[in-house]
Amino acid sequence: MAAIPERLVAVHSESRTYTGIWSWLATVDHKRIGIMYILAGLFFMAFGGAEALIIRLQLWAPNSHVVSAETFNQLFTMHGVTMIFLVAMPILIGFINAIVPLQIGARDVAFPRMNALSLWLFVLGGLFLYSSFLFGSMPDAGWFNNAPLSELAFSKGLGVDFYDIGLQISGFGTLMTGINFLVTILNMRAPGMRLLRMPLFTWSALITMLLILFAFPPITVNLILQMFDRLFGANFFVVGNGGSALLWQNLFWIFGHPEVYIVILPAFGIISEIIPVFAKKVLFGYESMAMALSVIAFLSFMVWTHHMFADGLGPVVNSLFAITSMLIAVPTGIKIFNWLATLWGGKIHFTSAMLYALSFIPLFVIGGVSGIMLAMAPADLQYNDSYFVVAHFHYVLFGGTLMGALAALYYWFPKMWGRMLNEKLGKWNFWLVFIGFNVTFFPMHISGLLGMPRRISTYAPGNGWTIWNQISTIGAFILLAGMLILLYNLIQTFLHPADAPADPWDGRALEWSLTSPAPEYNFAQTPLVRGRDAYWLEKREGDGKLQPAEPAGPIHMPSPSLAPLGIALTIVLAGYGAVLHSTIIGGLFLLLTFVQIGRALLAEDHGFHVTPHVGGEAQ
Amino acid sequence: MRWTQRGFRVTLPLLALSAAALLSGCGLGKQSTLSPAGPVASAQLGMFWESLAIMTGIFIVVAAVFLYSIIRFRARPGDNELPKQVHGNTTLEIVWTIIPIILLVFLAIPTVHYSFAFQAPATAMKVDVVGHQYWWEFDYPGSKVTTANIVHIPVNTKINFVLTSADVIHSFWVPELGGKTDLIPGRVNHLLLEASKTGTFYGQCAQLCGPGHAYMKFEVVVQTPAAYQAWVSAMQHPTVSVTTSEQKAGMALFKQDCSTCHTVGGTSFNGKVGPNLTELMTRPTIAAGTLTNTPANLAKWLHNPPGVKPGALMPNLNLSQTQIQSLVAFLETLK
Repeated sequence: MAAIPERLVAVHSESRTYTGIWSWLATVDHKRIGIMYILAGLFFMAFGGAEALIIRLQLWAPNSHVVSAETFNQLFTMHGVTMIFLVAMPILIGFINAIVPLQIGARDVAFPRMNALSLWLFVLGGLFLYSSFLFGSMPDAGWFNNAPLSELAFSKGLGVDFYDIGLQISGFGTLMTGINFLVTILNMRAPGMRLLRMPLFTWSALITMLLILFAFPPITVNLILQMFDRLFGANFFVVGNGGSALLWQNLFWIFGHPEVYIVILPAFGIISEIIPVFAKKVLFGYESMAMALSVIAFLSFMVWTHHMFADGLGPVVNSLFAITSMLIAVPTGIKIFNWLATLWGGKIHFTSAMLYALSFIPLFVIGGVSGIMLAMAPADLQYNDSYFVVAHFHYVLFGGTLMGALAALYYWFPKMWGRMLNEKLGKWNFWLVFIGFNVTFFPMHISGLLGMPRRISTYAPGNGWTIWNQISTIGAFILLAGMLILLYNLIQTFLHPADAPADPWDGRALEWSLTSPAPEYNFAQTPLVRGRDAYWLEKREGDGKLQPAEPAGPIHMPSPSLAPLGIALTIVLAGYGAVLHSTIIGGLFLLLTFVQIGRALLAEDHGFHVTPHVGGEAQ
Repeated sequence: MRWTQRGFRVTLPLLALSAAALLSGCGLGKQSTLSPAGPVASAQLGMFWESLAIMTGIFIVVAAVFLYSIIRFRARPGDNELPKQVHGNTTLEIVWTIIPIILLVFLAIPTVHYSFAFQAPATAMKVDVVGHQYWWEFDYPGSKVTTANIVHIPVNTKINFVLTSADVIHSFWVPELGGKTDLIPGRVNHLLLEASKTGTFYGQCAQLCGPGHAYMKFEVVVQTPAAYQAWVSAMQHPTVSVTTSEQKAGMALFKQDCSTCHTVGGTSFNGKVGPNLTELMTRPTIAAGTLTNTPANLAKWLHNPPGVKPGALMPNLNLSQTQIQSLVAFLETLK
């Protein structure tokens, strides 16, 4: 059998080359795009985190005036919008970008240029949203932007316009990611990589992309309707003129609940990758894990009014949606028990990645069981819109999504950057975040039960809330310390040479068969997949090398292009035209957008080839 | 590695213990869901305890298996042998699918039962509630009484709060009497509440409604039927006796500057934009629970309303100190 050359040399003769920063701005390489998604997500996390800390300072004492009520509303609105749309989703989509093509033995995604466009729409859309600060008012109607509070009559600043248009822009990008990865996962798997051999992380990506495909249209419709209300005087949500306040909520939560699963399913996938690796055991109940993902996704579209139990929709609606909401506990429970069964009888190595993955289990269970309590509609009337809900969704989104994302960061860091994060700092990072998280968010269950509504800019003494808020604020600063250690770890690691081994953790999926970081073309020869945990299988039962599924030869690669960045840029500039009510700016940049799309579509581009280097025939 | 396990073992129980200790030490405050004062809130608290018990049980089982696994099955140095690989176990997987379903049935039954039971019967006494940025209007359709930010109800009586909004969505929540329901413009919602003891209970808007959201509070005064009737007749026959020259000046100023927005029973002032001020001095607080009702606070409010309550729609009227004093003198006669 022909040995696979370790290193190939790119021949860029047929295509323009970019160097330095331009090579990043023009890249269509899914690995670089993944890296940029994650770095941008961490960048926005600094803003979302700073907003959270100001909120916690404001709530430290009763009747406090650290910030005004108007500013407070903008802070929690942007905190929510940032953490959901600009942190949780991009970081998870970043890992999906960086890892999924490697796990299925593909050389890139199905539509590499569209992938770059998705990235730039998210990055520029996020910056667009934050630029509202320069125009005097950030969005201030909460992350779900309830109408009619978000209508022109009640929110006169430009903030909500930035929300409507900024989320449309980044939402287009997300929708394209959904289509791109659905096609990639369904069509571009290496020979032998049947659906039921895919790693669970890839499974979670597949289901997540399906959710995106069906969940993003309703929110896009909502945003467009409100844009018409605010910019052109339509009345979709203007009650006095025949509009409906509940229409916004229905459309928002038809998106909003699946959205919760868009940011948790990839975390499920991450945990399902990491636990078997560090317990040295095959994942327990693989089929039921994949099935549970699918069932959760299906059910997630029929539970949305549990966010609206206090809307007075009547006992029939509330009972039905309460029961469908409770049903989600069954597949979720299956996942938890399967992870426990994977740990049982294993040999557990407590790396930083594993600590984060393990902490996910109890934290997510707390968030899950409080979720079932919230599903009891008549009882929910007491919890709804109180701090009990705030505690619940932070246990799910922080204890679940963010702990999963941090586990993924420590786990895949060598594969993405060619360096290992410092494990000792990693443990300090973990314990401070774990303790800080619980100290911040557990007390919120209690302040909620004591009747503290969410989103109040201050409170009077005498309700027994002060002590719990003070504990929360202390916890937030412990969390800050933990995240600063992560930052230090990242900086310190980037200063080290890239010397990570290909397979530092004794990994199971295909990405660990490649160098760290993986070469531009991923696989010199497309591998033949002979079973689940494909690389582990070759290490244990083969010679530790993947079998090639094709003869060695020149590899066709997509050309880098600045077009995605240019298109995203003109879309955002057209967005400023809309916000500022300037038909000229809006029209001009929309026109420029279409011109660029036309040029990109019509241009003849055959990509380029990388060929095996003569001296690269190692072994 | 030792440190790791100890961390897990110590942190979780420590958190639970400290929570319990603090809760018992600090009291429940005055708008807690944990101290119900009526059948609706009691039933909701009952559901809370039932579900909390089941959920705590589940958490303890998971945590026990989890902690046992990570302690018992930790890798020992030098042991490089692969553990036994187990792909699945159908019986186990069926068991942990069925058990949660059974537990959910126990939660679903009260959920459905109370969803229907909490519907207001047609015979219940009606109180119309209109949410405004940022205050509450209460109308008694049977007795033509209107008040603001304070609602009197008789004890042991089913009350059907009929909820609508004049502007954005608000939410009516008196935790000690029961859960909340939203006031949605263009919609009429109903909320059944009943108080089983007399006293004052505290409510607050629970749905983000703008900058003044935190300042949109109200009080529910639960009275014996006789005391309630006495309050109704007092509200139906308010008397305003203006005697001093300062009070008269205040009344004239009120007519000029305030009466287009405010109604005062017993006078000809009948504005409908702002809160009804009939018998204002019988209310313990002003500005939707923001300030206690004292002459000094009335003056503070009149000096600059949006400065006291962010986003308040009553503008700063740039009144002089003398004008404020005469207005306060007039308002003090409303009792």
